[in-house]
Amino acid sequence: MPLSTSQSLIIFGIISLITFIIRATPFILFPDNKETPKYIKYLGKVLPSTIIAMLVVYCLKDVNVLAYPNGLPELISIGAIVILHIWKRSTLLSIGGGTLIYMALVQTVFI
Amino acid sequence: MTLNKHKEALKVAFPYTIPVLTGYLMLGAAFGILMKSKNYSLIWTLMSSIFIYAGSMQFVSVGLVASGFNPISAAIMTLLVNARHIFYGIAMLPKFKGLGRKKWYLIHGLSDETFSILSSVKIPSHIDRAWFLFYITLLNQIYWVIGSGLGNLVGSIVSFDIKGIDFVLTALFVVIFIEQLLTKKSHLPEIIGAGSAIACRLIFGPDNFLIPTMILILILVIILKKPLERRT
Repeated sequence: MPLSTSQSLIIFGIISLITFIIRATPFILFPDNKETPKYIKYLGKVLPSTIIAMLVVYCLKDVNVLAYPNGLPELISIGAIVILHIWKRSTLLSIGGGTLIYMALVQTVFI
Repeated sequence: MTLNKHKEALKVAFPYTIPVLTGYLMLGAAFGILMKSKNYSLIWTLMSSIFIYAGSMQFVSVGLVASGFNPISAAIMTLLVNARHIFYGIAMLPKFKGLGRKKWYLIHGLSDETFSILSSVKIPSHIDRAWFLFYITLLNQIYWVIGSGLGNLVGSIVSFDIKGIDFVLTALFVVIFIEQLLTKKSHLPEIIGAGSAIACRLIFGPDNFLIPTMILILILVIILKKPLERRT
């Protein structure tokens, strides 16, 4: 271990405490027994769809389109997911199929 | 609630978590192996996955302890990496209303993947809402804890050709994204989210773009409140 037991406990403890505080902040600021401000309600309604889009980009953040393999494995796999999903509309099939295609591509085609 | 009701909630919840099962076992294992490489044993790995339970931050934490004892930079780093969770909370305010004590566990367990499932899932009417949300959250964390524990114990001994399997979590977000596009009339929120993230990724690079993205999203949804409300 790079740090002593107590030092490690302090660092990991701080990280877990702050992570929980961040997650809990909205719920502490806007508790159940108080009417949530209209503006926050609006944000709560509109934010989820924007964040899912942000998370897709976040997952692809390390893709470099300018260097081999130019993001092709991701592009092909996501294309396959779109087609699979519009065709069968089965979440598990789309996710499983897309992942298998991606694995096949990065293991055999774009090595 | 009777035992049967619990079983039913668990049974309905489980299928939603299958993609996360795959992804968390694999990514969790990678985290366990990383902890092992710094000589952190099973108990440290499990504690991290139980009490921190924030994947990317757990990976970052290994780098932090390896760079020496610095509580301040650990605190700042946690704020930066996990700031996006504030958005998840705001989005979940209505869904977590009136859940009593279970709410505090749901808040702790609100990872990227759990958030994406909870925010998109339609809760079947015959199932207890609170326990349904609770079991999805709990199952996901159990996968992560088991994955990281296994990785820490045996990860370096066994090696399969599983390159690319972490794409399963990307696929999960992509499918939820497509589902949104197919079911909702207005695509303005999706355009705002994707547009802001792509723009900030190009400007700020892969490691520092989340915070600017969140700020840009906030500004845009405030400016575009009228058209957004009209169409949803």
